[in-house]
Amino acid sequence: MSRPALAALALIGSALASAPGLAQDHSGPGHDHGAKVPPREAAPPAPAQPQVDDGEDTAPQSGGNEISPGPTMETPPPPEAGSGPPRAADAIWGADVMAAERHREHAAHGDFPVLWVQADRLEAQVRDGADGYLWDLQVYYGGPTSRFWFKSEGEGAFGEKIEQAEVQVLWSGAVAPYWDLQLGLRQDIAGPDTTHAVIGVQGLAPYMFEVDAALFISHRGDVTARVEAEIDQRITQRLILQPRVEAGFSLQDIPQLGIGAGLDKVELGLRLRYEITREFAPYIGVEQSWRVGGSADYARAAGEKTRATSFVAGLRFWF
Amino acid sequence: MSEPINLSRRGLIRGLGTGAALAAAPAWARGANLSEQATGLIRAGFDEVRGPVIDLSVGAGMRMVQGRRGRGVAVNGSVPGPLVRLREGQNIRLNVTNHLDEDTSIHWHGLLLPFQFDGVPGVSFPGIKPHQTFTYEFPVRQSGTYWYHSHSGLQEQSGHYGPLIIDPVAGEPVRTDRDYILLLSEFTPLHPKFIMQRLRTGEHYFNRQLPSWTDKYPMIGEERRMWAQMRMSPTDIADVSAPTYTYLANGRGPKEGMEYLFTPGEKVRLRLINGGAMTYFNVRIPGLAMTVIAADGQNVRPVEVDELQIAVGETYDVVVEPRGEEAYAIVCESMDRSGMALAMLASRPGARAPVPALREPPLLTMADMGMNHGPSDGCQAGTDHGGMDHGGMDHSAMGHAGMDHGAGKAGTGDGGQAAPKGASGHSMKGMPMRDISLLPPDVAIGPGLDMVSMAPVDKLGDPGLGLRDVKHRVLNYRMLSALEPNADTREPSRLLEIHLTGNMERYMWSFDGRMFDAVSDVPIRFAWKERVRVKLVNNTMMAHPIHLHGMFFELVNGQPPAHQPRKNIVTVQPGASATFDLTANEPGDWAFHCHLLYHMHGGMMQIVTVMGPGDKP
Repeated sequence: MSRPALAALALIGSALASAPGLAQDHSGPGHDHGAKVPPREAAPPAPAQPQVDDGEDTAPQSGGNEISPGPTMETPPPPEAGSGPPRAADAIWGADVMAAERHREHAAHGDFPVLWVQADRLEAQVRDGADGYLWDLQVYYGGPTSRFWFKSEGEGAFGEKIEQAEVQVLWSGAVAPYWDLQLGLRQDIAGPDTTHAVIGVQGLAPYMFEVDAALFISHRGDVTARVEAEIDQRITQRLILQPRVEAGFSLQDIPQLGIGAGLDKVELGLRLRYEITREFAPYIGVEQSWRVGGSADYARAAGEKTRATSFVAGLRFWF
Repeated sequence: MSEPINLSRRGLIRGLGTGAALAAAPAWARGANLSEQATGLIRAGFDEVRGPVIDLSVGAGMRMVQGRRGRGVAVNGSVPGPLVRLREGQNIRLNVTNHLDEDTSIHWHGLLLPFQFDGVPGVSFPGIKPHQTFTYEFPVRQSGTYWYHSHSGLQEQSGHYGPLIIDPVAGEPVRTDRDYILLLSEFTPLHPKFIMQRLRTGEHYFNRQLPSWTDKYPMIGEERRMWAQMRMSPTDIADVSAPTYTYLANGRGPKEGMEYLFTPGEKVRLRLINGGAMTYFNVRIPGLAMTVIAADGQNVRPVEVDELQIAVGETYDVVVEPRGEEAYAIVCESMDRSGMALAMLASRPGARAPVPALREPPLLTMADMGMNHGPSDGCQAGTDHGGMDHGGMDHSAMGHAGMDHGAGKAGTGDGGQAAPKGASGHSMKGMPMRDISLLPPDVAIGPGLDMVSMAPVDKLGDPGLGLRDVKHRVLNYRMLSALEPNADTREPSRLLEIHLTGNMERYMWSFDGRMFDAVSDVPIRFAWKERVRVKLVNNTMMAHPIHLHGMFFELVNGQPPAHQPRKNIVTVQPGASATFDLTANEPGDWAFHCHLLYHMHGGMMQIVTVMGPGDKP
C-alpha cells in the first residue's frame, strides 16, 4: 500500500470533513430522568386518567403481584420444546406443497442476489499533447457476502491505438464487515498479451475511503500491484467532490512494459460531480500523474513525458 | 374532502346499516368507484366489510397520489383495503381470491388463531396461488384495533394492507362519541424490488439528509470525523424516506384533505395503525392532548400524552376531546422528519388548522451505539427489576471499551443530557465498536455483523429518536399498563437472549448473526405453556420493531406482572435492549421478524415453534 499517498488523502479528507463544524450539540438521548423511582406498590387505585409525569411509571396497581428479578442467565430450552426443523404446516397442507413454498420463501429473506453495474469514470482527458479518454467499469452479481465481479479499465489517446486496457473476472467473498477478498484473472487486451492471476481486497476503510488493492502475477511470473482509493466529500446533497489516488508497484523491472521495480506510477485526481439522480452524475476534474523511479527512466528513454496534468470531463453512472 | 367511516354506534346506525357483507360506503368512495372501472385506478380510502363470511380479492392496478402514479396492489380495489369489522366471539370465514399473477397472502396482524391461518407463505401455509381462492376460518377470540397485510414478496409496500377492528362483547371500557381509523402508510412510484435492490447496492440511496459541508447539523468537526472513522452515518434514521415516499393517512397524501368531523365537546377515538413498510411516525395534534387507551389492540390504563411514536406494525387507540378551535391538525411526521402524513379534525367540512413545519431532523448519538452512561432510564430499569442483568455491569463494560471520558463521569449522575455531550466532545480513538467478546457464544460472528453494542441497557423508557428532548409529554413503553390483568403471571422459567445484528453497508439484517435463509430450519423453540423471558439486544444503530405472530407478549417495563402491557411488537432502540415475558400457549410455527419490510427481507426473521399439548418432543 502506498502509505504516504493514503495518509495525504486522509489528511485532506479529515480537513474537509471538519470544515462545516458547529460547536453546538443537538443530539442526545435527552429523555433521561434523574433518580430512579421504585414502583409504587402501595399506590391507590389508578384514576381513570392517571398522572403522566416523566414516564417512569404510572402508579401500577399491585394486584398482589410482586415484581420479580426473573431469570438472569440464558439457559437452553427444555427437552419438551422439541427439536428439528419447523414443519407444523406439513401435517395440514402436505409436506410436498410446503417444501416447494418453503424453499422459495426462505431464499427471499436474506441471501438473495442483486446485479450492480457502475461506470465510476467514463471520461475525456484534455492535456498538453494528445487528448485522451478513459473508462473504469465494475459489475457484480451475487449475494451480500459472495459475488462475481467483472472489472474493466482502459485508456488511450484519441485517434491512436488503445494504450492500455484490461478486463478482470473475479470471485469475491466477504472476509470482514467492510472487506471482500477477490480472486480471479486479469487479461490485458491492449499492449503485450498478458494474463495475470489476481488476489485483491476491496472495501470501505475507516473515514469512508473506498479502497481497491490488488496483487497481479503475470503468466511470465512478473509481480505487480495496484492500489486505488477514493472518497466522496458531499458539498450538498447532490454536489460531491471526490479526491482519488492510484499507485502502481512492481517487484521487478519489466522492460517490455516499460515498468521499473519499485513504485511505478502515481495518479492524484480531484473530480467534482453533480448527481442529477443518484445514478447519473456528470463531472469535471483534474488529474496529475507521474511515472516514478525506473519507470520514469524507461519513459524518458522512449521519449515520453514522466508527468502529465489532465483536465477531465466525464460521467459517473450506475444501476 | 374525504370523511372516513365513523365507527361509533351512532355512526354505524347512521351510515352503514347492519350485517351487509359490503356495507354502505361513504360518498367519496362511491364517487371514485365508477372512474376506477374506467381507468383501472386503485381507490384511496376504504369501505367496510363484516358478517360471518367475508370475501376479499387481491388485485393489481395503478395508484395515483398527489399527481404521482405507481403500480399498486389492492384489496377489494382500494388502498388501504376494506375495514374488516369483526365481533368478539363470532366465527369468521374469509375467502381471499388472488387476481395477481404472483402468489399472495394475508396475515392477520395481532390475531390469535390457529397457526395454519396466520398467513405466512412457507411457514404457516403454502400461500395463495394466482387466480385461486383461499379460505381462512377461525373463531374470533379477542377484541381491539388490528390490521392485515400481505406476507408475500414486497406487496405490503404496494398497498396490500387494511384495518381490522374487533368489537368487544362486553362493551368498550371508554365511551366515545366518534370512532375513527387513522391508518398511516407510504406511497412510492418505485417498484419495491427496485427499492430492495438499491438498499443492497447503493448506500444511503434514499437519504436526502446526509451530512454535507453545507448542512446545518449541530455537529462539530470532530464528531463528523468520528462518524466517518466508524464508517457510519448519524443520519441513518430511516432507510427509505421522502421524497421517495409520500406519507399517507388512510391512503391519502398530506395535500389530499383527509378529514375527520367532530362536534366541539365530543370525545373522539382515533385508532392509529402504522401500516407503513418502513416508517416510524411521530403523531401529535397541536393544541390537543391524546389519551392512550389501547396498544396493539389491548386495553391499557388511560395515559395522557402530547405526542407518541408509532412503530411500523403497531396500533394505538387514543381519545381526544377537541373543543375551542374549529380544526386541529393531526401531524404524523416520519421519524427522520423528511415528510409527514396529515389529517384534520374538523368541526365542519373544509375547516383547516395551521400545519406546523417539519422539525429539524434528529441525529443518532453515541448512546445509539449502546455507549450508555450516566443515570439513563435503562439503568433504572435494571434496578427496578432487581438487577435484571445490567445495573452494575454497564460501567465495567464501558471501561473495557476504553473510551476517553472516564467512568468517573459516568457514575456522577450529572443528568442524561450531559452524558451524550461529553461523549460527542471526546475522541473515539481506540473505542472498539465491534468487540465480539461482548457477545454470547451463540451469536455467529461474520461479515454480517458490523457493530456490537458496548453496554446495552433497557430503553423501554425511551420515547424514540427525535422525541427525547421535546418539551411536551411523549409516550414511552414504561407508561403502558395493562387494563385487564394478565392471565399468566408466573415467574419466567428461563431467559432467552436474542441479538439483533446487521451490516448497514451490505444491507444484511439478522438475529444472532444469521439471516433467515440460514436459520429457516432452526426455529426458536418453546415448550407448551412454557413461560420465558425474552431479551432482545440491538447491536445496530437502527430502531427495530420486532413482531411475534400469533401471541401477545408482556413488556417487562417496570409494571407488576399482572399489568405488564400485552403487545405483539416491541421497538428495540439502537444499541439498547428490550425485554418481554411470553407464555407459549399457541401451538405451531410462527413468524418472528423485524417489521421493517426491507429488514425482514434483508434477513431479520426467524420461526418460533411452540409445541402443542399433544406434541411429542
